[in-house]
Amino acid sequence: MSNIPTELKFATTHEWVRKETDGLMTIGISEHAQELLGDMVFVDLPDVGEEVSAGDDCAVAESVKAASDIYAPISGQIVAVNEELEGSPELVNSDPFGDGWLFKIKPSDESELEGLLDAEGYQNVIDED
Amino acid sequence: MIKKTPLHAKHVECGAKLVDFHGWEMPLHYGSQMEEHHVVRQDAGMFDVSHMTIVEVTGTDANSFLRKLLANDVNKLQKPGKALYTPMLNEQGGVIDDLIVYFFDQTNYRLVVNSATRDKDLEWMQKVAKNFEVNILENADYAMVAIQGPQAKERVATKLSEAQKAAVDGMKPFFGVQADDLFIATTGYTGEDGYEIMVPKAQAADFWQLMLDADIKPCGLGARDTLRLEAGMNLYGQDMDDTVSPLAANMAWTITWDPEERDFVGRTVLEQQRANKSTDKLVGLVLEEKGVLRAGLKVIVGDQEGVITSGTFSPTLGHSIAMARVPRSIGETAEVEMRKKHVTVKVTKPAFVRAGKKIFD
Repeated sequence: MSNIPTELKFATTHEWVRKETDGLMTIGISEHAQELLGDMVFVDLPDVGEEVSAGDDCAVAESVKAASDIYAPISGQIVAVNEELEGSPELVNSDPFGDGWLFKIKPSDESELEGLLDAEGYQNVIDED
Repeated sequence: MIKKTPLHAKHVECGAKLVDFHGWEMPLHYGSQMEEHHVVRQDAGMFDVSHMTIVEVTGTDANSFLRKLLANDVNKLQKPGKALYTPMLNEQGGVIDDLIVYFFDQTNYRLVVNSATRDKDLEWMQKVAKNFEVNILENADYAMVAIQGPQAKERVATKLSEAQKAAVDGMKPFFGVQADDLFIATTGYTGEDGYEIMVPKAQAADFWQLMLDADIKPCGLGARDTLRLEAGMNLYGQDMDDTVSPLAANMAWTITWDPEERDFVGRTVLEQQRANKSTDKLVGLVLEEKGVLRAGLKVIVGDQEGVITSGTFSPTLGHSIAMARVPRSIGETAEVEMRKKHVTVKVTKPAFVRAGKKIFD
């Protein structure tokens, strides 16, 4: 059973979103997703400044097993990416909900957050996999 | 029903993530395949390879049968225990399987073949054996453990009897010896020093525990694949199969052409291919930028194309490597179609790491 923090929102495609106090949204992939992918070897992150719409493929997580697209769970502008992943992609495996975060979005429409899954809803998605 | 090796319970105990590997439930990794890879390159790791098939070939015609069946020549084997890597071909010159044959005497050989090809291998051997006085028997008495890495032999030695230690003392690469209950061979599939050990099934779990106690780490199929690919060793079903000539699979070195009279299966076709240089060839590809080359990706060579047969991220080198079957006209670089774009890769010999070190320019 994967650990699913209840303060996060989730996309069915296994990304998580955390609303920060400054209004920015931090995005990463779930514990379950990193487990499926296995040891991470590269993470290809979007450019800071890029505008993305919810559902756009905007990053690639490449593991020993497969390359996997990461989709923007909400629309907005990329304002930061996790530079640490350049040298230490394994952070996505060891701390997917913490130091293994991928990028931050300045949301253009915060209400999109309501359309995402809560922890329980995401657990149901995993169970159906 | 999925098959389990005698070590299955030990894998569960060691925390293995188990997967279906050609009908066998086998460990993919025990936590991190990357760490397991490094353990084998730097220290000592072990793999359960009990799913592989042991075949005993005995009888008055054993030698002449194997000289017909196999493209490499068992007459190269003169010392008891000496082993040989060889393809077994069909009449069209395609690779039915690659295997290791151990020589004991002219009437007694042991073959180790792949698990996924077991049935067709045995069937083919029986077919070729029709006109020979020979017995072909699967030996299902053993489990098999590969112990590999720069510290492997030393660690194993701490758990061997005096008689066993004496038996393996100074044993050269590619030899096997029966030492008490164990058959210990200096073979492997990682490019590191070490042993492959056959152990009677009933003792397998205890032997595995003994090796754990000697600080040898369990490693799964994931690491086994990245290790063998770095070492430039082919994987049957991926880098070659029934439709692929050994000449297109970097296996020319495993074919013994002399004496010309030796009419091994597939010889006629292979001789034509060799004379006409009509087959593709297997090369290594290196991608030093971000991204991972994967099996099945298209390789563009001028107006022709080839295919990646095996590709991975190389944990030792820190970038991606691959083996690819390509037209002979390939130059020093090629283009690979990857995730909607083309990337330039360096073309090398299909071997990347040996004994922990990079071996290409």
